[in-house]
Amino acid sequence: MRARVLVRPKAGILDPQGIAVEQALPALGFSGVSHVHVGRLVELDVEVPAQLDEMCRKLLANPLVEDYEVQLLEGPVAGAP
Amino acid sequence: MRFGVLRFPGSCDEADAQLAAARVGEASILWHQDRDLQGVDAVIVPGGFSYGDYLRAGAIARFSPVMESVIDFARGGGFVLGICNGFQVLCEAGLLPGALLPNANRRFTFRQLDLEVVQGDTAFTRACEPGETLSIPAKHESGRYYAPEAMLDELEDAGQVVLRYKPEQNFNGSLRDIAGVCNEAGNVFGLMPHPEHAVDALTGSTDGLRIFESMALSMRVAHA
Repeated sequence: MRARVLVRPKAGILDPQGIAVEQALPALGFSGVSHVHVGRLVELDVEVPAQLDEMCRKLLANPLVEDYEVQLLEGPVAGAP
Repeated sequence: MRFGVLRFPGSCDEADAQLAAARVGEASILWHQDRDLQGVDAVIVPGGFSYGDYLRAGAIARFSPVMESVIDFARGGGFVLGICNGFQVLCEAGLLPGALLPNANRRFTFRQLDLEVVQGDTAFTRACEPGETLSIPAKHESGRYYAPEAMLDELEDAGQVVLRYKPEQNFNGSLRDIAGVCNEAGNVFGLMPHPEHAVDALTGSTDGLRIFESMALSMRVAHA
C-alpha cells in the first residue's frame, strides 16, 4: 500500500520557514498571500498500513511540535518511473 | 571519573568534548553502533549533525544502538550530558522535556553568549554559584527551546530550568530564555551552548569547564 504522510508545525508554533516564504513571495510580485506554513512530505510503501500511526508518532513526526496526517493511496507504485 | 563521549556519523564536537572531559577525568569515545558503554561513569552526547540531521535534528540518532544503552543508563540514574545536537537527541529520546525548533532568526548563528546559572545545585552546575554568569559560545540552526506553556510552568516550579540566556543573548527565540534543562531526577542535562569550546583561555573563556568540574564533583559525591 502506498501511503503519504503530511507533517506540519502545530498551530501557534513559530514557523520561521513559513515566514521566510511568506516574505519572499511579495518580493516576486505575488501579493495577497498569508498564513504560509512549511511542513514535510513523506511517501512510503507499507505492508502493514495499520502501523503507520505508530511510525508517525515514533519517528516521522514529533507529536510535541508537529501534527501529522496519513493518506492511503492506490496500490504500491514501487518501481514506477 | 570516566566519561564516554558518543560518536555518530555526522558528529563534529566529540573531540573537543573528549578533551574538555579529560581535564577533569578520563574520557573515551563510544561508537554509535556499540551497545557496550564500557562501564563509564557519565555519557556525553556531543554536538554536530548526527545522521545528517535528516527528518529532524536528533530524530534518527535517538534510535541508534548506543542510545538504547544510554537510555537504560540514564533511567538507572547515570549522568548524561547533551550538548547542542546532543540536547536535541536527548529530547527526541524522551530523556529531556521539550523540543528544539529552528531558530527564530532563521540563520545558523555562532555567538559567544552570557548565560545565567539559574540552578547552582544540580549535578552539572554545583561548581557554579546560583545567578553566576557563564560566557560560553553557541553555534546552531535549531536551538529554539520549546515546550507547551503548562510544561514550562512545571519545569520552572521543579527547578529544571538550569541555564538561561541573559538579556539580549537569546538569539534563537527560546521560550522563557531557556538555554539548558535537566530531567526531573536531575541526572540528565542538555544545553544548546557548547561548554566544551570554553575550557581554555586561548579561546577566550574557561567558563565551560565548570560544567565538567561539576560532573566530576557530583561523581565523587555519588561514590562517597
